[in-house]
Amino acid sequence: MTSANLTANLHLLTPEFALAAFALAIFAIDLFLPNQRKELLGWLSALGLVVLAVVSVLMLAGEKESLYDGLLAVDRFSLFFKVFFMGIGVFIILSSIDFVRQHLDHPGEFYGLLLFSVLGMNLMAMSRELLTAYISLELLSFSLYVMVAYALGNAKSNEGSLKYIIIGALSSAILLYGLSMIYSTLGVTKFDAIRIALSDLNGASPALWAGLALLIAGLGFKLAAVPFHMWAPDAYEGAPLPVTAYLAIASKAAAFALVLRLVAEAFVPVTDRWDQWQVIIVILAAVSMVVGNLVALAQSNLKRLMAYSSIGHVGYILAGIAVLAPDSLLGANGVIFYLVGYSVTSMVVFAALIAFFNATGQEEIPDLAGLADRQPFLAMAVAVGLFSLSGLPIFVGFTIKFYLFTAVANEGYLWLAGLAILTSLISLYYYLQVIRQMYIQPAPAAASEGAEDSSEGAADSPSDHSQPNADSTPEFDDEHTHTPAHHEPATDFVALTRPSVALIAVVFVGLVATVALGVYPAPLLELVEGASAAILPGG
Amino acid sequence: MSNLDQVALLLIILVPLAGAGLSMLLPRNRPEDAWYFAIFVSAITLVLSVLLFVRYDFEAGGYQFVRVYEWLDAPLNIDLYLAMDGIAAPLVLLNGIVLFGAVLISQTIKHRSRDFFVLLLALGSGVFGVFVVQDLFFLFFFYELAVLPMYLLIGVWGSSTYFDSDRQRLWGLPIRFDLGSYNRLKEYGAMKLMLVLVAGSVLIWVGILAMYVASGQVAEATFSLVDLGALSSAGEFSPAFQTWVFPLFMIGFGVLAGLWPFHTWSPDGHVAAPTGVSMLHAGVLMKLGAFGIIRVGMVLLPEGAQDPLFYAGDFGVSWMAILIIMGTVNVVYGAISAMSQRDLKYIIGYSSVSHMGYVIMGIATLHPVGLTGAVLQMFSHGIMTALMFAMVGAIYERTHIRDITVLNGLMKRMGFASFFFAIAGLASLGLPGLSGFVAEFMVFTGAFKTYLPLAVLAVVGAALTAIYILRLLARTFFGEADPRWEHLTDASPVEKTVGGAFVLILLFVGVWPAPFTRVINVGVESVLQLF
Repeated sequence: MTSANLTANLHLLTPEFALAAFALAIFAIDLFLPNQRKELLGWLSALGLVVLAVVSVLMLAGEKESLYDGLLAVDRFSLFFKVFFMGIGVFIILSSIDFVRQHLDHPGEFYGLLLFSVLGMNLMAMSRELLTAYISLELLSFSLYVMVAYALGNAKSNEGSLKYIIIGALSSAILLYGLSMIYSTLGVTKFDAIRIALSDLNGASPALWAGLALLIAGLGFKLAAVPFHMWAPDAYEGAPLPVTAYLAIASKAAAFALVLRLVAEAFVPVTDRWDQWQVIIVILAAVSMVVGNLVALAQSNLKRLMAYSSIGHVGYILAGIAVLAPDSLLGANGVIFYLVGYSVTSMVVFAALIAFFNATGQEEIPDLAGLADRQPFLAMAVAVGLFSLSGLPIFVGFTIKFYLFTAVANEGYLWLAGLAILTSLISLYYYLQVIRQMYIQPAPAAASEGAEDSSEGAADSPSDHSQPNADSTPEFDDEHTHTPAHHEPATDFVALTRPSVALIAVVFVGLVATVALGVYPAPLLELVEGASAAILPGG
Repeated sequence: MSNLDQVALLLIILVPLAGAGLSMLLPRNRPEDAWYFAIFVSAITLVLSVLLFVRYDFEAGGYQFVRVYEWLDAPLNIDLYLAMDGIAAPLVLLNGIVLFGAVLISQTIKHRSRDFFVLLLALGSGVFGVFVVQDLFFLFFFYELAVLPMYLLIGVWGSSTYFDSDRQRLWGLPIRFDLGSYNRLKEYGAMKLMLVLVAGSVLIWVGILAMYVASGQVAEATFSLVDLGALSSAGEFSPAFQTWVFPLFMIGFGVLAGLWPFHTWSPDGHVAAPTGVSMLHAGVLMKLGAFGIIRVGMVLLPEGAQDPLFYAGDFGVSWMAILIIMGTVNVVYGAISAMSQRDLKYIIGYSSVSHMGYVIMGIATLHPVGLTGAVLQMFSHGIMTALMFAMVGAIYERTHIRDITVLNGLMKRMGFASFFFAIAGLASLGLPGLSGFVAEFMVFTGAFKTYLPLAVLAVVGAALTAIYILRLLARTFFGEADPRWEHLTDASPVEKTVGGAFVLILLFVGVWPAPFTRVINVGVESVLQLF
């Protein structure tokens, strides 16, 4: 391709240009909307993303081209992730509309930033050049820095975002330094050029090793892999709940899309070097799954629990990255499939938790006590999500784990697969603790409920048969010593207000997807295989 | 009919699963509807399981009702491969019967009954699935599906138990166990059960992956039990490989079978569980473990099972020898533990551990009679222990007490319940004419021919069973009635139906076991051909 036709196939970027324009338009429309109608922006953003996703599919299906002389790729891999990210964006927006209205100021910027971050993620999946990838990553990160700090009055939000910004900036610096060292030794930054340079190289210079180490550390920070994970729990806890969900689901998936393409196109084909470098990722994976799941045991805040649990899941996915092979799609399929399944499941859990938070303002695990009585649908959603995350059938969590761990074992890392399975068992324990709160612990008695949110709930709460001993406020390790021969149906609790239609829709769609992908993943896997074949042509 | 044969196995898995899904649409506040619907669904599966058992052609033998549904293409190649052999046939029937009985007995569940039946039916579907699939992925899928609902079933609908140290003196023994007063919360039982079982499945999962990888080294990697079995028969798996993978399956599945020393989850789970769940748990769930050892461990890794690991004198100690020793400990230790319990459910729970010991012993004899006895014991124990739990549930429902030092003379007030319990108890101690006798006798025969000293110990275990069962019967049912049991009502019509039906089954198998043994035999022989 000569420089003359650099712009020849620019139309392939239409969805990205449109998305950028759309995000700016949201900022602009925000100026004209009266305050009480700001939630229109949310609906508009979601609608826009749906339209853009449809347009992307119609326009780009079957394309396999490079843009800007190989800086960006438009192939099945990027299309898959593009639609995936926009889908996540839609669900996050739908589940945050109520939250934003109730708890946050400046909704216009919130949705606009979210759209820009989706743009960043799309570009991350398309990049096949180190600096382009870096800039796309920064576009995502900068949007996220602001979104984490969005709860202005909340000290935790400020603390979390400060940590996130400082460590994020530090990790960007590390990443950039690593890129520069790689450039200094190889003289190229495009993924395929790196591949050629690496295979021509005789013996690795220390500078290349250092550059590689810095690159892994920088990306490790973005992924929140142990030992680069310290920022994650604080940022997760501080961020407004929808942003926490967004951090846990989308930013992680986007970083993995970037890593996947980088590793698959630049490193994996150079088999003799990849065999050596694999070990580093294997170690990161093993440490992440062990530390993430063990530390999660000690958490009592739901967001921190999800943060550590997501670190554990990063460990599993890294194990999948480590076993990418030039002649097999199994590993790449496993990683992409896992990302989709994990995102769907997490979306269910987070959307239900957002609905719970909207109704109560609570986010500690003991606060969930009796949720099965107070709002059965939400309790079921969280339970299904957590069972799925712990890898039990008939949910997608089982299928993705089985697929990914098979891929890991098949490349000769049976011990790593075994470790992953063992740490899944550990995760089951803390997920069950949450489920125990919702289903087994009694709901808090009406009297002890906070005054601010009892006004709507009290109307629904049945006032007959109030139990005489209902004054026991459930603690986390509540010991109720009586032997219940019969289940006295708990009647003296405050039923929660119904979640909004948008939230119910998100949870419901997520639940259906969780079960459907768990029992019949074949159609999705066909798409996944197309995506991984685009980055691993030898597979 | 032949059309039904084509899809019967698929239906028997899907009907309860679909039933569970549809139950969710029922109104939340009408417990009867959920119960009626669950009866309807489980009646269909009962009919299907009877049909499958009756129509299994024992003269032809082998795998029948074979259907293969493609599920995932390359590179994983997973098919939903359905087939039933002579070992699975009685177990499918067992699950059909016990599931139906458990649903009927759960009439008393009023609290969130819809959710209860959703989970119960999902559990039933998982159990059917394990028995009839021929693919490791799906076997594991259904295995986990059968375990998953247990946590909520026990945690939400179970009961906590309070132990008081004042009454720790048992059986008039001079020793006082001062354990202090303590609570056995239902959460404890549920969590322990769940974690121990999933820990077992960690081993199974690693074993499955190891099989997949090993098959990939000699042919196209596969999860199919049929292909893996063919590779194994062709000698493609080295003895060293088989020797390290076999224990993964042996222990992993053994955990669910209540294998000593991994059995303690089982009594604790029983005590906390509601009646219907106890019935399924002891009646069929524990059988999944024993079945898994046969279906996966023995069929795929026969050399790993019987090759000597080391020699003790002239005697080569193989994994099977270790298994039969553990099984014998199960029998004796379970019986001794049952003797020192005073909670009715703990007694039956430990008695289940003891009786699963016979199953494990019978499997480990690798003798056709012993193995047939083991499978028959699975069926027989499944029915009788479900019956016992049903009747204990009936008693507990009325007295709110399960302490045998307090209960007495129930025969006078609850004649039917006591009679059914007594029959089940007699079956469990091996009274001739009831199913337990036939099964245990076959296991003993197999064991006497292979491991004489252990067989003697097992017979001692049977004698201990007689002691604790007879003392239990004498005290709880036939003693002097306390005036506070005056108001007790006898078993409800539903309980009488379940009890009567189960007693008839115990009698039938005890008097005429041939319809069962001839079916089991063909399955057992094809497994033992591999040895």
